[in-house]
Amino acid sequence: MSPAPDSTSFLFGRLTLAALPLHEPILVATFAAVALGGVALLAAITRFGLWGYLWREWLTTVDHKRIGIMYIILALIMLLRGFADALMMRAQQAIAFGASEGYLPPHHYDQIFTAHGVIMIFFVAMPLVTGLMNFVVPLQIGARDVSFPFLNNFSFWMTTAGAILVMMSLFVGEFAATGWLAYPPLSGPVHSPWVGVDYYIWALQIAGVGTTLSGINLIVTIVKMRAPGMSLMKMPVFTWTSLCTNVLIVATFPVLTATLVLLTLDRYVGTNFFTNDLGGNPMMYVNLIWIWGHPEVYILILPAFGVYSEVVSTFCRKRLFGYTSMVYATVVITILSYIVWLHHFFTMGSGASVNSFFGITTMIISIPTGAKLFNWLFTMYRGRIRFEVPMMWTVGFMVTFVIGGMTGVMLAIPPADFQFHNTLFLIAHFHNVIIGGVVFGMLAGITYWFPKAFGYRLDPFWGKLSFWFWLVGFYFAFMPLYVLGLMGVTRRVNHFEDPSLQIWFVVAAFGAVLIACGIGCFLVQLVVSFLRRDQLRDVTGDPWDGRTLEWATASPPPAYNFAFTPVIQDHDAWWDMKQRGHARPLAGFRPIHMPKNTGTGVILSALSLVLGFALIWHIWWLAVLAFAAVLYVSIEHTFNYDRDYHIPAEEVARSEDSRTRALAGE
Amino acid sequence: MRHKISRLLVLVPLAALLAGCNLVVMNPSGDIAVQQRDLIVASTVLMLLIIVPVILLTLFFAWRYRESNTKATYAPNWSHSTTLEVVIWAAPLVIIVALGALTWVGTHLLDPYRPLDRLDAERPIPQGTRTLEVEVVSLDWKWLFIYPQQGIATVNELAAPVDTPIAFRITSASVMNAFAIPAMAGMIYSMPGMETKLHAVINREGVYDGFSANYSGGGFSQMRFKFHGLSQDGFDRWVEQARAEQGTRLDRSAYLELEKPSEREPVRRYGEVDPEIFSLVVNRCVDPDKMCMSDMMAIDARGGLGIAGGALNIARGKAPAAPGRGQSRPYVPALCNPDDPFGTLQLASIRAEPPKPAVN
Repeated sequence: MSPAPDSTSFLFGRLTLAALPLHEPILVATFAAVALGGVALLAAITRFGLWGYLWREWLTTVDHKRIGIMYIILALIMLLRGFADALMMRAQQAIAFGASEGYLPPHHYDQIFTAHGVIMIFFVAMPLVTGLMNFVVPLQIGARDVSFPFLNNFSFWMTTAGAILVMMSLFVGEFAATGWLAYPPLSGPVHSPWVGVDYYIWALQIAGVGTTLSGINLIVTIVKMRAPGMSLMKMPVFTWTSLCTNVLIVATFPVLTATLVLLTLDRYVGTNFFTNDLGGNPMMYVNLIWIWGHPEVYILILPAFGVYSEVVSTFCRKRLFGYTSMVYATVVITILSYIVWLHHFFTMGSGASVNSFFGITTMIISIPTGAKLFNWLFTMYRGRIRFEVPMMWTVGFMVTFVIGGMTGVMLAIPPADFQFHNTLFLIAHFHNVIIGGVVFGMLAGITYWFPKAFGYRLDPFWGKLSFWFWLVGFYFAFMPLYVLGLMGVTRRVNHFEDPSLQIWFVVAAFGAVLIACGIGCFLVQLVVSFLRRDQLRDVTGDPWDGRTLEWATASPPPAYNFAFTPVIQDHDAWWDMKQRGHARPLAGFRPIHMPKNTGTGVILSALSLVLGFALIWHIWWLAVLAFAAVLYVSIEHTFNYDRDYHIPAEEVARSEDSRTRALAGE
Repeated sequence: MRHKISRLLVLVPLAALLAGCNLVVMNPSGDIAVQQRDLIVASTVLMLLIIVPVILLTLFFAWRYRESNTKATYAPNWSHSTTLEVVIWAAPLVIIVALGALTWVGTHLLDPYRPLDRLDAERPIPQGTRTLEVEVVSLDWKWLFIYPQQGIATVNELAAPVDTPIAFRITSASVMNAFAIPAMAGMIYSMPGMETKLHAVINREGVYDGFSANYSGGGFSQMRFKFHGLSQDGFDRWVEQARAEQGTRLDRSAYLELEKPSEREPVRRYGEVDPEIFSLVVNRCVDPDKMCMSDMMAIDARGGLGIAGGALNIARGKAPAAPGRGQSRPYVPALCNPDDPFGTLQLASIRAEPPKPAVN
């Protein structure tokens, strides 16, 4: 399983050749495929001489739009890994009955479900949400970039470093086999002595730096950089939900960081915060991790709610119903999300009054959430609904999400939770809200804003196919889990005795295959749309007849977003401008002050990656060296005074003229 | 009455779909689980009052106001209606007030720490009924059940007479697990160094599934046991059968042997039990070399032993590595043990030895 933990050397720490899983055929084949693909990609980049372009225009960019796109690319790549884990689990559970042990031994299976959870939350859902906010928010508020452009680039690369660390654990050593929240004492040094939990800790800590900083960045951007006239109650709903999400990030990620630091101390220096003996108490960890963990759920869902609000209003060609109550609902959810964490462990033996308190606060969240749903519903009422792909995702969401909401409230009743907790009913519930809420929302958002980012629409045929596969696949994959939960089947089990359960797992596996087809169709859609980009081209910059400011500028927007900062009168700013016969200014351009690209983010993240790797493997000299280098580069960067430039007025005029010609159809 | 109505409500739609599969949560055999089921059904019905109209309205509006239907009214700027706003905030509020009341009452009534006050909906507990006490220990990866009143213990098999209140005291040897028998009552975590409680009753004879419902490492999937609901006679026979296991006594050394990690452990019975053993497990001092947490807390409550007795004592101890479960950790040695009843030898050796680093 793992080599003796005490075989350490000065040079390599705990790292030996035995750490490479050469005896695991699945991993060797995966590694071969990844290595071959990687080499082919690198060779292609070299062959077409793209290194310079990539470095100058993308890797070192401080442009929020490109950083947003890179976040989403990272999320899609990690989605493939996280979903491969899901397929492997579904396959194991569909065949491991009675005499058949399945094809995954417990130690491997346990790592897979841990990795699936960690990757899907931290490296798929989070980058999707952050990427979309990064791309859209500055455009929606009429800003030229975020408040701290370098910090934005640095945040992205820290998230990427965390993702790389998780991927490395696949081929060097092992990943945690503890479940995605790594409860001690199981994740402590006694019960998880090797590197798995250390990979988990350092991947999350490094990515967490990025997430926290990006949260600060976006809060400041929204608070300080709105175009003139855009008071808080004239902000688009997506910007409102982004603001609330980032407030949640900044308030809760430090809790995660601190909790993991305590666990790190237990593992590295022999403290006893969460141990069984010497005064440690694992219950403290469970509380702390969920004080972060529950708001995290709303960090993911609020931006998705924002997307639905934009989509529903645009595609119903109608003002959003109840803008004010929508905003208040968002804020109420933000606040309430802090006082519900205990509902994740009613079964830990709290008194009845404590359990009821947290159960009832949880239910109260369904009131503003319900209000939001009704607001979308009454936006559709007396609208003119165009069933473009983003709108289909939205209707699919509305129908699916209410079921997840209902089962969520069932779980919030403590006595009912005693039966449902840790069963597949719970698993079905949170996939119901995360897939039906967050994933549908992100896919709607990607489809909706794709023409803004690239200047052409996504092919609707493959988009619709993807939607139907996802929707039907979701019901096939997770409705059986509700039933299995009612049959008392728990999560994280890798072998079953009762043959009557098997049919439900087979149906769930079939659903997972349908979802795989949905992901496949989405990827095909990207390729097909790229090939057909001339037919799908949009020169207006406003392909959906949009309502908010991002549709006022060109697609893709120029580096400076807006030649002149717009003045806002209404929360549907662009719709309002169109109604009032707004004319684009064609002259009088002035030089635009912009931030300069820098490679420091890439370097710092690479050094952090080395630092994390050294700490995981106890290569202390390398850790000291990498840490010193991080400090040095950070300080050195503060002496970089060459950090901005002006886009000359002529260049602005040139790019605005070409848009004028494009609009005129030349 | 409520009982019957709710049973009907749940069975009508589900029976058609799910004939042939055993929905134990919906069709349990113990009064606590029955009440939990009723709560689930009642809350579901309450929420369906709002969920079903929302789903239907969504689909209806999506169809009615589609772009091609030019006959439908189009009101592009209609975006506010105070009446509607009041309704859409008030409707969920009303449901949640009802649910909240249900929750408050249900949570207190079904508090697992609260002793039972009835056998089932129709029968109160008869005078003079003796509650059966069971002490539960989750180990890597098996269950130990101690019956202090009967003086027996079993591994991976639990039995109880029907219609007799049972009081479980639950703890864990190494990591967190959850003690779950869905046919009888919902789950409760078992945690090392701590004791949780569960009060429940089984009303129907039968063999039910029990398991750990909280992931606890490699052997977790096999951490299952059978729970036998027996008649009083059947239970007495079952106890006699365990007592007949000659020469099997669950004492400190037998427990330490049992504690070693193992999977798919067959059912085992101990005819005799050291009455202290559960409290020793909770206080993490089955190993006589370790100081009990209760003693540690008692010493600390009186001001502790000072640097010499506290810090130095920790530094001295190092538990042997548990096989298959990682490295050794420092621990606090007992000040006294059977060989050194007054702790004089220990204390002398603490004073004689310089401290060693506690870091491993």
